[in-house]
Amino acid sequence: MATFEQAVSLAARLAVDSVKDQYSPEERLEAIGQVEEEEMEYMPRPDTLRAKLLMMCQENKVAAASAVVLAVMALAIIFADKLTSFDPNTVNLMERLLPPSRTHWCGTDDLGRDIFTRILYGGRVSLLVGIIPTSISMFIGIIMGMVSGYIRHLDAVIMRLADIVLAFPSIVLAMVVMYTLGATTSNIFIALSMIGWAGTARIVRSQTLSLREQEFVEAARGMGVKKWTIMFRHILPNCLPSLIVLFTLNIPDAILSEANLSFLGVGTQPPDSSWGLMVSQARTYAVSSPWMLIFPSLAILIMVLALNFLGDGLRDAVDPHMKR
Amino acid sequence: MLKYIIKRILITIPVLVGVVFLIFVMLSVVPGDPLTVMMGEKVKVDVIERLSKTMHLNDPWYVQFAWYLWNALHGDFGTSYKLMRSVSSVIANAFPKTLMLAVTAAALSWVIGIPAGVISAVKKNSIIDHLFMGFALCGVSLPAFSVGMFLQNIFNGILPVSGFASPMHLILPALVLGWNAAGTIARLTRSSLLEVLEDDYIRTARAKGLAPVPVIVKHALKNSLLPVITMMAIQISSLLSGAVITETLFSIPGIGRLAVDAINGRDMPLLQGTVIFTTTVIIVGNLIADILYCVVDPRIRVEGGK
Repeated sequence: MATFEQAVSLAARLAVDSVKDQYSPEERLEAIGQVEEEEMEYMPRPDTLRAKLLMMCQENKVAAASAVVLAVMALAIIFADKLTSFDPNTVNLMERLLPPSRTHWCGTDDLGRDIFTRILYGGRVSLLVGIIPTSISMFIGIIMGMVSGYIRHLDAVIMRLADIVLAFPSIVLAMVVMYTLGATTSNIFIALSMIGWAGTARIVRSQTLSLREQEFVEAARGMGVKKWTIMFRHILPNCLPSLIVLFTLNIPDAILSEANLSFLGVGTQPPDSSWGLMVSQARTYAVSSPWMLIFPSLAILIMVLALNFLGDGLRDAVDPHMKR
Repeated sequence: MLKYIIKRILITIPVLVGVVFLIFVMLSVVPGDPLTVMMGEKVKVDVIERLSKTMHLNDPWYVQFAWYLWNALHGDFGTSYKLMRSVSSVIANAFPKTLMLAVTAAALSWVIGIPAGVISAVKKNSIIDHLFMGFALCGVSLPAFSVGMFLQNIFNGILPVSGFASPMHLILPALVLGWNAAGTIARLTRSSLLEVLEDDYIRTARAKGLAPVPVIVKHALKNSLLPVITMMAIQISSLLSGAVITETLFSIPGIGRLAVDAINGRDMPLLQGTVIFTTTVIIVGNLIADILYCVVDPRIRVEGGK
């Protein structure tokens, strides 16, 4: 870093000196060349998104491992019926509350259902709740944010709207929306999308605000390119790296929100299962049959941790300024 | 600065009205006649008529909204259908418990989070660092009720696991609520401190021969806490919304529990009242934090005043 600072200070000195005109043009050119050389040497950062991702995989082993874990989990959830011979909803009271064994890897619950099977099938709900509302809310948030940042007279209205949504404690607003719409899985998608867009909109807006002042956008504007084309062809691609990070980090939030809603009784409804619902159903049996609590919690923990690690790794890779 | 504060307060007003409006509209489209929920099926016609009039039930929705807003401004959120008491008095009764829980959790999260963050930053990449950060990550990666159930399990018989009778009853719920917050604060303190530790004046302080501890505490920590303080203000919101889960799990009769009970009992005025009240507390809390922040940090004062 020291050499980078030197380069900066050299450039600053050059700027001052050029005003004073102390150096001959040759000397100045030479100095500029020096700066460029040093920058070339010490900042070999790859530029394309793909190169950045590749570098992340090499540098950040935790993030790479997280990606693998996530892939394995997703595959197991998708091919749940191939991995287990039990049915997730068949009640078998003869086998209730059995501890983990060779036939029931994670034990059975209060209705004799195999917990491992229910985790695999419940993962479908949790995974969908992670991906679908996050996609919808980010889509809304991107549009709202870009419009707010680029078409200035709509800014105040959209941002006040976002302020209102963000003012609520998210779980309380989700609870009210679920109460209004009725507790079904598809309404969870709607509730979480209605809440999640505001945060994305704020981030996209602030990026749009700085991007719209840059030369390439000004050039496009000068050439008479239409507003919407500028937004989608010029501004959106430049927001993309941080949006990918945001997407990865929003999924665990959605998964945890669904779990909380299910715990409060306004989320996933039995006999369907999600990981959150499984944990909250373990409440009565947590002392006598701890496996009912441990395994679904573990499933949430692993998936959310992996997503957080991956998100952090992605952030460090694509946007060093966002490094926390 | 005064200009900034006034501007900030003026921005808050439409947000507050929007909050009330959003909740009012959402809950007024829920099917079901309030009087049936309130009195049951068998009610005399004249009673219905009288109540409809005092509750403005026959007016169009915007008139009802105006009445609601007007009454809410006077601290009147209507009467709870189930408890048959004024919503304001029910809230006034429950809020101190939620506040106590939130404050304890916040204090806990600072007492744990800041030192943990400092130690992690100073011993960067050591085993302690990884241990602390792993612990912090677990706090934000598990649903609060899952953590709570584990704690209830572990401390069953040692500490009270439900109810709200003594300060001892606060320990577990505050731990559950505070863990998440502590994790966030520890991570933020760590990264903020790490950044500051690279600065020139820290090198100068070290070069002068100052002992490591004063350098960190007096020079570095002071400057790295600014983002942490902002985060603390933001956490008012997450603590109050986390209280919904924690209070339900630990049977604490606070605001969050009231909201959940209101949903289960289809008690509209109570739900409206609790949600609007909680959100108002958060908005006002953020407002105060912003103003304090602008008093503390002159840079914001200048930029915000423009």
